[in-house]
Amino acid sequence: MGPKSRRLSFILIIMMLLGISVALVLAALKDNIVYFYSPTELLMKEPPMGQRLRVGGLVKQGSYLLENDGITSRFVITDKKSEVTATHKGVLPDLFREGQGVVGEGHFNKNRIFEAEKVLAKHDENYMPPEVAEALQKNGVWKGSKKP
Amino acid sequence: MIAEAGHFALILGLVIAFVQGTLPLFGASRNNYGLMALATSSAHAQFFAVSLSFLCLMYSFLISDFSVVNVALNSHTLKPLIYKITGVWGSHEGSMLLWVTILALFGIAVAIFGNNLPDTLKARVLAIQGLIGSAFIGFILLTSNPFNRLDPAPAQGNGLNPILQDPGLAFHPPFLYLGYVGFSVAFAFAVAALIEGRVDPPWARWVRPWTLAAWCSLTIGIALGSWWAYYELGWGGWWFWDPVENASFIPWLLGTALLHSAIVVEKRDALKSWTIFLAILTFSSALLGTFLVRSGILTSVHAFATDPERGIYILLLFVLITGGSLFLYAIRGSVLKGGGLFSPISREGALVLNNLLLTTSAAVVLLGTLYPLLLDAVGGGKVSVGPPFFNATFVPLMVPVLLCCAIAGMMTWKRADLLGVLQRLRFVALTAVIVTLVVMWLQGTRAILPAMALGVAAWLIIGSAVQIAERIGLFKISLINSLKRASGMPRAAWGMAIAHSALGIFVIGVTASSAWKIEMIQLMKPGEIILVDDYKITFLGTSNIKGPNYSGIQGQFEVNVGGDVISMLKPEKRRYKAERSETTEAAILTTLKGDLYGVLGEESGVGAWSTRFYFNPLVSWIWAGALLMAIGGLISLTDRRLRVGAPKLASKPISHAAK
Repeated sequence: MGPKSRRLSFILIIMMLLGISVALVLAALKDNIVYFYSPTELLMKEPPMGQRLRVGGLVKQGSYLLENDGITSRFVITDKKSEVTATHKGVLPDLFREGQGVVGEGHFNKNRIFEAEKVLAKHDENYMPPEVAEALQKNGVWKGSKKP
Repeated sequence: MIAEAGHFALILGLVIAFVQGTLPLFGASRNNYGLMALATSSAHAQFFAVSLSFLCLMYSFLISDFSVVNVALNSHTLKPLIYKITGVWGSHEGSMLLWVTILALFGIAVAIFGNNLPDTLKARVLAIQGLIGSAFIGFILLTSNPFNRLDPAPAQGNGLNPILQDPGLAFHPPFLYLGYVGFSVAFAFAVAALIEGRVDPPWARWVRPWTLAAWCSLTIGIALGSWWAYYELGWGGWWFWDPVENASFIPWLLGTALLHSAIVVEKRDALKSWTIFLAILTFSSALLGTFLVRSGILTSVHAFATDPERGIYILLLFVLITGGSLFLYAIRGSVLKGGGLFSPISREGALVLNNLLLTTSAAVVLLGTLYPLLLDAVGGGKVSVGPPFFNATFVPLMVPVLLCCAIAGMMTWKRADLLGVLQRLRFVALTAVIVTLVVMWLQGTRAILPAMALGVAAWLIIGSAVQIAERIGLFKISLINSLKRASGMPRAAWGMAIAHSALGIFVIGVTASSAWKIEMIQLMKPGEIILVDDYKITFLGTSNIKGPNYSGIQGQFEVNVGGDVISMLKPEKRRYKAERSETTEAAILTTLKGDLYGVLGEESGVGAWSTRFYFNPLVSWIWAGALLMAIGGLISLTDRRLRVGAPKLASKPISHAAK
């Protein structure tokens, strides 16, 4: 192989790799991203049942209860305007607390209850997930500065 | 007093770093040896000033001097001694101070070990390090001074986030930073080479050990972090493709690519321009990682207290350093052309492929990490990109990397005989196929992907072993002669074989622990029994416990296998009084075949507890693999050829591209 065709074959390999990875990324982005909604946005947009999504807000005071099976917890996520009832089967994170910020990832069942498979509360109790902070600020509820 | 001394030492460090970053550069361009020599002495002085400052902060933590804001916010008199020390880097301010201390450490190391570097190169490398140092010390002094005083001083501190009071996490940041900051050496060498306008094999021989050392530390740092997440967060998982995790993984991928491309520069005097570019990218990604973690602009399960304002300053530094070096690359990169030619099928070709795949996968991980930010910026809504995205993109890109890994080591430089290599590997390939088929036979056809992954791992491990066996002529010549050859084999070859087979071990751990994981969540009353895999677990009850700075509840679970009690699992829920927060301590029984992992949940009111048990098959192979990879790197580092200070060949540059 001469230097020219050698270079050509390198360029072809690079183009092929780039093509494959772009295709992979586009396909994956189409199916695998999860949208975040605040309870108010959920009322407006009504995502289809079963779609994977994230819901975030504050855990409503006095809303937490344990169902009869003893391992499913039920709580209300609120942005002080609208509310969503959520359930989670399993052990909640240590920093899960009423009145604190929370993000759940899961889907809505046929009773319009949000079944969260993952519940994120943060390592740091002063920390507010940015999406939650913004959603609350939008509703004029949470007046904290940028730093909660 | 001590805190003021620390503050003053840091200011002194800034001034010295600035001198180190400017005068030697000027001296190098004017061939002024006096100014160039200043680089070495100021690198020493900077290290002493900055480390003195670091020790002062540590002292304030040790004596619990709560008149220092940082100590008051992050320490407590009841905290165990070890966490008083590691609490120094538990906060943003302290961890940035650790960052610059490690940078100064690398500076003095280059100054000491780089005695045989050409004067101008050494002066320029140290100057670049000085500039980075002054930028970051400036950042600390302006936005995150750890020595700020608090008046009046509180009687007691806030304590350290209990989740950080853990040996795994205590040593995670130093290793991570040794890796991140270690890449600054490669970066400084790259920029210095651009200024000098020359890159030759001796240059690569200087750069490679530093890159290798940084890479080993980063490997250990990431492994420690994921191990910590595994046992401390109580989710039974070890990697979540979380932005903060990705921020450390991207530099690792690029650093791995750099490690391999530097070999080509050294052995074949090719890929020079690319290697320089990669060195710039690697350190830039480490800076980007620091920015992502410190600014908190991305939602992360690991997000600690963050401040957007500081984020902007780090972003500014990132833009300056990366933009500046890329600009320099754009105008000076063309002088680096030339070097050895090679055919696509050759050792060089394989390393180019490795580099392309690793950088592409780093780009894919970066894209997935930043995508939520980009989409939000254009008003596309708030999204999160999770494990499914990365599994669908990153894993397919890694498969060819793993497959080529075993082949590449057997290829010759310049032009290789691919068919010949494949022929030599036909038994390895056969074994890999047999492994795949056996696993599918045992686990059913549904396990086709894990079975293939295990086949790839077998290919990698046995392929590396065959490579060594061939080199030492095992079974072809007498055993004694083979052993003689083995001891005479370059350490770098051993390092490569060990690191590559370690990758195989890692793949086995990842595959088994994700494909055959068992998860059970249930409510248990004392006396109740559940079955997890082969383990019969009996809940005996709970008791109250008390530690030095926490109190809590401990569950007792008896673990039975085949009628014998083999262990007691004692998961805990701890309540840290000073920090007013709770942590879950998982109980883990590690055996060769996997981990039995138990978590105690909440009491449900009727004397029953929610409990969670996992069986994670072969999960410890993940960290064993990572550790072995780092060991492979360290063995390679002791190779005579690379031993720091050894590159005597410098006196005779093989090619001098600057015309």
